[in-house]
Amino acid sequence: MVIKIFKNFFQRIFFSIFKNKKDIRLGFYGPPNAGKTSLANRICKDFTGEEIGSVSKIPHETRNVQFKEKVEISYKGKSMTFKMVDTPGISTKIDYEDFLKYRVKKKEAKNRAKEATQGIIESIKWLDDMDMVVIVLDSSQNPYNQVNITIIGNLAARNIPVLIVANKTDLKKSDVKKIEAAFPDYETIGLSAKKGNNLEEFYESIFKLTKKIK
Amino acid sequence: MVKKKKVVRKKGKKAVKELSIQFLPYSEIRLLDSDERIKKILNVVLGNQILFLQGRLKPLEESRLIGDTMAMIGHVKDFKGIELAVIGGNGTSGFFNKMKKGFVNALSGGDLGAVTIIGPASVVKDIKRNPKKIELLLNK
Repeated sequence: MVIKIFKNFFQRIFFSIFKNKKDIRLGFYGPPNAGKTSLANRICKDFTGEEIGSVSKIPHETRNVQFKEKVEISYKGKSMTFKMVDTPGISTKIDYEDFLKYRVKKKEAKNRAKEATQGIIESIKWLDDMDMVVIVLDSSQNPYNQVNITIIGNLAARNIPVLIVANKTDLKKSDVKKIEAAFPDYETIGLSAKKGNNLEEFYESIFKLTKKIK
Repeated sequence: MVKKKKVVRKKGKKAVKELSIQFLPYSEIRLLDSDERIKKILNVVLGNQILFLQGRLKPLEESRLIGDTMAMIGHVKDFKGIELAVIGGNGTSGFFNKMKKGFVNALSGGDLGAVTIIGPASVVKDIKRNPKKIELLLNK
């Protein structure tokens, strides 16, 4: 009996040590073409020298959940290791004809549409497995989109900490304040993943957000 | 279930298209589980009708609706997805608003101050919204 108690006690300590050492799963969510992969690439390139995925002007370029393990982010003497999870953009409709505008051939467009629908389903399934999430929004677009509200609502229901990134601040139409006003309960960081502007503030917020992980 | 039909006319032309709107009171879905709610909603949308649902779905039901919609694209002829928007509601900002929302929702069974608009993407081109107005743009 005593041996069993000791065994359980040491097992619990053993697991708690290794649980704490597990990488933090950081998800990148948002609508298509908001710059999720561009931001994830920027971070991965800064700290590992490698990118996570390809980017394109054509929507739904990311059609599978992409990972980068063991990304150690260092900022102001602190260091944390993350598992980066870049997800396909979530939308409520997919029409292959939309891809034809980008001079994609019909067969390829149909295939892209099919893969994009599967990617969205995969993105939604992955919501359960995140420790914290960065919602990437295009700051030149209207943020009052039900998809954004649905994603944030789902994360709130799961008690997953959220940081909102108002991306593409390098564009003339960019309006970070509009995004802040749309989601007043969450911290919003304006940045340009493409130009690499304001990433210091982003890293600081990421470190702060890790404290909210339950 | 109240069913409304509205004929859209363009200037100088006869009726060009029939637009069907269905209103679904919350009482119709209150006792349904998530599977049945989503099935009911998608049945309306697949019938090429725009649905005005009293109240709103839970966040997990909303994401499930999106997932089920995606699963149907490519399997149902000419189905390209949905347009979705929620207007009004009790608000979510601030501690007291959240408490008030929780209390009202517990009594009524849902956020009855909200209206959820769901339409097939082949009929509804876009739902533009900002805090003050909502615009329903239809496909030609």
